[in-house]
Amino acid sequence: MAKLKAQLLDQEGIRRSLTRIAHEIIERNKGTDNLALVGIRRRGAPLAERLAGRIREIEGRAVPVGILDITLYRDDLTTLAHQPLVRSTDVPFPVSGRTVVLVDDVIYTGRTIRAALGALIDLGRPQVIQLAVLIDRGHRELPIRADYVGKNVPTSRKEAVSVRLQEIDGEERVVIMELD
Amino acid sequence: MGLSGKDLIGLRDITAEEIKLILDTAGPMKEIIARKIKKVPTLRGRTVITVFYEASTRTRTSFELAAKYLSADTVGLAAATSSVSKGESLKDTARNIAAMGADVVVLRHPMSGAAELLARSLNVSVINAGDGAHEHPTQALLDMYTVREKKGRLDGLKVAIIGDILHSRVARSDIWGYTIMGSEVRLAGPSTLIPAGIEKLGVRVCRTVEEAIEGADVVNVLRIQMERQQQGLFPGLREYSRMFGISPERLSLAAPGALVMHPGPINRGVEMSSEVADGLQSVICEQVTNGVAVRMALLYLLIGGSEQK
Repeated sequence: MAKLKAQLLDQEGIRRSLTRIAHEIIERNKGTDNLALVGIRRRGAPLAERLAGRIREIEGRAVPVGILDITLYRDDLTTLAHQPLVRSTDVPFPVSGRTVVLVDDVIYTGRTIRAALGALIDLGRPQVIQLAVLIDRGHRELPIRADYVGKNVPTSRKEAVSVRLQEIDGEERVVIMELD
Repeated sequence: MGLSGKDLIGLRDITAEEIKLILDTAGPMKEIIARKIKKVPTLRGRTVITVFYEASTRTRTSFELAAKYLSADTVGLAAATSSVSKGESLKDTARNIAAMGADVVVLRHPMSGAAELLARSLNVSVINAGDGAHEHPTQALLDMYTVREKKGRLDGLKVAIIGDILHSRVARSDIWGYTIMGSEVRLAGPSTLIPAGIEKLGVRVCRTVEEAIEGADVVNVLRIQMERQQQGLFPGLREYSRMFGISPERLSLAAPGALVMHPGPINRGVEMSSEVADGLQSVICEQVTNGVAVRMALLYLLIGGSEQK
């Protein structure tokens, strides 16, 4: 079993990171015109909802939110011991021509984001795609980077970063675990 | 998470958890069919071969589209235009196909047990697309998907299956599937076409079609398979229609909002009237869409994961 090594963010830390990212998204895109948020299942989905909430508080305007399931786009399906469950993709607005901010909890190798880009582009042709993550833990295997980062954390490959969110895990914190 | 075997031969030996997994996976697949770009890369480089020894429009097209939407390559083999007409045996045909590198063989065959026979002699996945009067599991899965989508559950629902039960592989698979999922199944049809002892499967045999439909949540009407009828068992089209055909009057006995289903192709005016087939309660066209989604789910679950099964 993996054992807890350190806590990276507490509830307040997560809240402040998301607030800052919300401000950065608005600033970079000069408002919310044409903006949409798409969370990557599972933990990107509640994070996208929360960012949309922050943006609404700041700008007074609602931003559409979608959810992307990338299972069918993964490049490692044939090597996984357990077949992942396919869940629904729910992007209830046309993505073509929009600025879409993909949202995920952790960026690591970049392969999830590669899959998400494929999945998103199959739904239409966004004008711009940006990426927001709560944690960037390094070790990229693809030429992909995040536009908005909550916290950069140097990690070793023997460690795992676990983002625990109220909506899914019933607690609110980010921890780093030591794998055996 | 996944299915326990490499094949899908029937629903007789499947668990409720496996059925639920297939139906749960079919939901996201249906969303893909509704897209403008109906393609995901999941099964790129995999090959699905459909081998049909009997006529089919829906099932075969449905499997081929399901495979294509998941980016698999498909090849169709029709018995009439293949070496089968030169007398090649089923096993030899299949072995040759597998030797060409297929990952899945979808088989329809007039002999009960053909799919199982094939599955035992091949290492690749075999999906039964109908074997004689035995089973047609993907039809039952799409029936259950359709009902669950409309009614929100299968447990505790009353399902009436009307028609020629004896020759119907759809009925057989539906009976296994619905019973496993906790629905109450009632049968009605000409007494010559109801197999003796079928009550042992946990179903109720009704004396009249009215008794079966009374209060039912689902009225699943079977096709009269003229190609399988033997002398003396079938009463004749006009008499059948009068005794067992589903009219608006008969349908009104069912529970409010009951679903009308049919595996197709419909003999209009025989097993059901056009009014019923095209009526508000009919979900026959949705069954066809759901069929593609369910088959996509099945292909993903059988060959979308690791190769170490």
